[in-house]
Amino acid sequence: MTSDGPSDGPLSDALLAAQLLLLAPEVLGGIALRGAGPARDWLTLQLQELAAERPWRRMPGHIEDERLLGGIDLAASLASGTPVRQTGLLDEVQTGFLCVPMAERLREDLAGKLVQAMDGMERAKAFALVLLDDGREIDERPAASLTDRIAFICDLSGVAPFTDLLWPDHDKTISISSVAPASPEQCEALAQTAAALGIDDIRALLFAVNAAKAHAALYSRKIIADEDLAAAARLVLAPRAVQLPMDTPLEEAAEPPSETQQTDHSENQAENSKSHDAPLEEVVLEAALASIPEDVLAAIAEGRIRKSTASGGTGKRTQSKLRGRPLGARPGVPRGGARLALIDSLRAAAPWQTIRRQNEPDAQRSVLMRKDDLRVRRFEERAGSVTVFCVDASGSAAAARLAEAKGAVELILAQAYVKRSEVALIAFRGEGAEVLLPPTRSLTRARRALAGLPGGGGTPLASGMTLGLQIAESVSARGRTPFLVFLTDGSANIALDGSPGRAQAREDAQAAAKTIARAGIETILIDISPRPRPDAADFAEAMLARYLPLPMADAVALEKAVSAAQPQLAPA
Amino acid sequence: MARFPFSAIVGQDEMKRALLIAAVDPAIGGVMVFGDRGTGKSTATRALASLMPPMHVLEDCRFNCDPSQERSCPIECSAKRVRKAPVPFVDMPLGATEDRVVGALDLERALRAGEKAFEPGLLAKAHRGFLYIDEINLLEDHLVDLLLDVAASGENVVEREGLSVRHSAKFVLIGSGNPEEGELRPQLLDRFGLSVEVRTPQSIEDRVEIIKRCSAQADDADGFAEEWAEADTAIVKSIASARRKLPKLEVSDELLADVAGLCKQVGVDGLRGELTLMRAARAQAALSKARSVKRQHLLEIAPMALRHRLRRDVLDETGSTVRIERAIEELFG
Repeated sequence: MTSDGPSDGPLSDALLAAQLLLLAPEVLGGIALRGAGPARDWLTLQLQELAAERPWRRMPGHIEDERLLGGIDLAASLASGTPVRQTGLLDEVQTGFLCVPMAERLREDLAGKLVQAMDGMERAKAFALVLLDDGREIDERPAASLTDRIAFICDLSGVAPFTDLLWPDHDKTISISSVAPASPEQCEALAQTAAALGIDDIRALLFAVNAAKAHAALYSRKIIADEDLAAAARLVLAPRAVQLPMDTPLEEAAEPPSETQQTDHSENQAENSKSHDAPLEEVVLEAALASIPEDVLAAIAEGRIRKSTASGGTGKRTQSKLRGRPLGARPGVPRGGARLALIDSLRAAAPWQTIRRQNEPDAQRSVLMRKDDLRVRRFEERAGSVTVFCVDASGSAAAARLAEAKGAVELILAQAYVKRSEVALIAFRGEGAEVLLPPTRSLTRARRALAGLPGGGGTPLASGMTLGLQIAESVSARGRTPFLVFLTDGSANIALDGSPGRAQAREDAQAAAKTIARAGIETILIDISPRPRPDAADFAEAMLARYLPLPMADAVALEKAVSAAQPQLAPA
Repeated sequence: MARFPFSAIVGQDEMKRALLIAAVDPAIGGVMVFGDRGTGKSTATRALASLMPPMHVLEDCRFNCDPSQERSCPIECSAKRVRKAPVPFVDMPLGATEDRVVGALDLERALRAGEKAFEPGLLAKAHRGFLYIDEINLLEDHLVDLLLDVAASGENVVEREGLSVRHSAKFVLIGSGNPEEGELRPQLLDRFGLSVEVRTPQSIEDRVEIIKRCSAQADDADGFAEEWAEADTAIVKSIASARRKLPKLEVSDELLADVAGLCKQVGVDGLRGELTLMRAARAQAALSKARSVKRQHLLEIAPMALRHRLRRDVLDETGSTVRIERAIEELFG
């Protein structure tokens, strides 16, 4: 592909994306820049300087509703005795750029408000988002509702500090409105590419068309050319790919589905009279594929990329100031969602009325309030619970009860989702343990993960316990109550380091069990061995867990046992 | 700026039909739309709201009261002048607080004038219109409870902060969500009247058509609306005539027996399924200008009225739609 950037790579792509965004922020929605570093800082700074004639606002994650949407400035209102309004950030940023640092940590309610503002705004006043995403893990991403509404998602993590990068000078750019709309064939090429990459979101497709127009405008072309399409596919479609083109090698990718279409394309090409031999779709698709990093390609090929992530949104629920058991009032200003406790505020102001009236004899108001009088309500909220299942999928367990354990877990999952508690799933077998499912509320995903769980191999009980503990600790770090459920026969025979040996394995497992006991996490151990042996009971004792021998249990009995134990341990 | 016209939405026939049925008979109790992002869920709902003929409201009334209904307003409206207002479309943000939804004490007036006044919330704003909630499955539970309760009773009762207010809040509740990201409790799901599953159109031609229409709309919104005005007017007329027809349409006893048989066959608990089936079949008959409600109308709407009410069998992966179609096949051949 002929890309005219300074050099190939994520940085030059991000640079190009930024240039396109500057040309047409109102139709491209914005840009997400992932990975902190000097390259991103430079790019953001350039963007800000070049957009100097438009408003540029930075929105911190702790912004209050009054400031974001506009509202009453309470302190000023009280001081003057008349309502003083303040303008909202969203009003100020109209037609400009809203820069969101730490976008992956943005609260979901805030993301929701931005989305609403973007959807409801007239195009002429629309603002563009600049999301600075500092996430490292695959799950740490800005809310999908935001990234769906912006054209460019650029990953700059790992980009080496540059030495001599210059903002390319295009002095002959034209306005995007003077570029002719994309032809049906060009739309089709982009649609084919999106379909081949498994992109279902129509917004992405529209962004791609607009990006192609903007790219043409950047090179002062009035008609969209092939390289414009290729750039659009590379910048807009490739980062959203969730699949590789259907089991076809790259050369034959995006073969048109039918004969008739094939002839259509060759005609189109004749009209376009381009030097490329390949059909347009193929050219565009190739451009998109070329820019997907190799590790991501491999992940997609293995089907490891989930179609939609929970965007971390479900996890980051903060303690609400709005519900739960009332705890009485405390001094404070009613903002950030906290509610004013009117009676308490009046009560606090009452003793001072005589003195204040002496100081302010002209005041007409019946009650003289000061900021210090304000009281807000407090509520106590119970944290949500997360049940972490650690399933022994080793050969010994598999032979006996794995199917039953699976059935039981599914029943408990159904229970858990009725109660709105979340579940996570860990399996241990062979040489180690793995997280099959991070904490989620989705029964669909849980069921899928469970169905695909194979059995066989040794019993690395210590690894299972360690991983279970890790998950439980990360759960409680997020302010929720973890609840560990082990389903095992207790016959540990693989040590923590993966080496076989019953003695070492038992020792490691005992140590891990004691760590769980020290962490004070509520645990239940369900013995799934055909005949109860002291092994599992010993481990249960070591981790101070409830021990449930269920030698002849069926799935329903198991579910009843866990449900009966649960309310007492982790109130839902 | 003119909104995207309802009739210009490519495909998504089931969703469009469900929305129209809900618009004809709001008592059906809302539509739940399952589907991926960017499939035109909110576009369709917005378009339908802007399609509806303007309604009469009292000037300055913050509760969207109907002037023809006496004493419906919780506060005495001082103005008696009637004006026309567009049918409200309220998009509820995910992080909305309970105060914002049900309404709360008007802080400004409480502080300034010492008055205990009620500041209406989103429910009052949505009265006689549409309330759209994206990602309803991520909404806090107590809010979903509250919303469904108000949607079913048509009245918002506020008993908090020393306020005791009740006002009508009749709206068509449209929820949307992606089951991959968390699910809605079955007892909440059951309270939605209809549910539809939407997907992005899979054919390239449809997608290209979407691009073309969206670009045309973006370039010249008013011109585009003009182009589709005729088709939109036809829809407005069909809704209006269906609404007039609705009370006259009777559901025969044989058809009611079909309704009950179908619910029994698929194993739907409770009577909501039957009632919704009956209402939706009637609305469908009214929309298709039929003289009476026929079995064909019932079968057309059965999947969307029952799909979300089936008992979940965690060990059975068979989709709900398939199970309903199978039951229809067995019962009616």
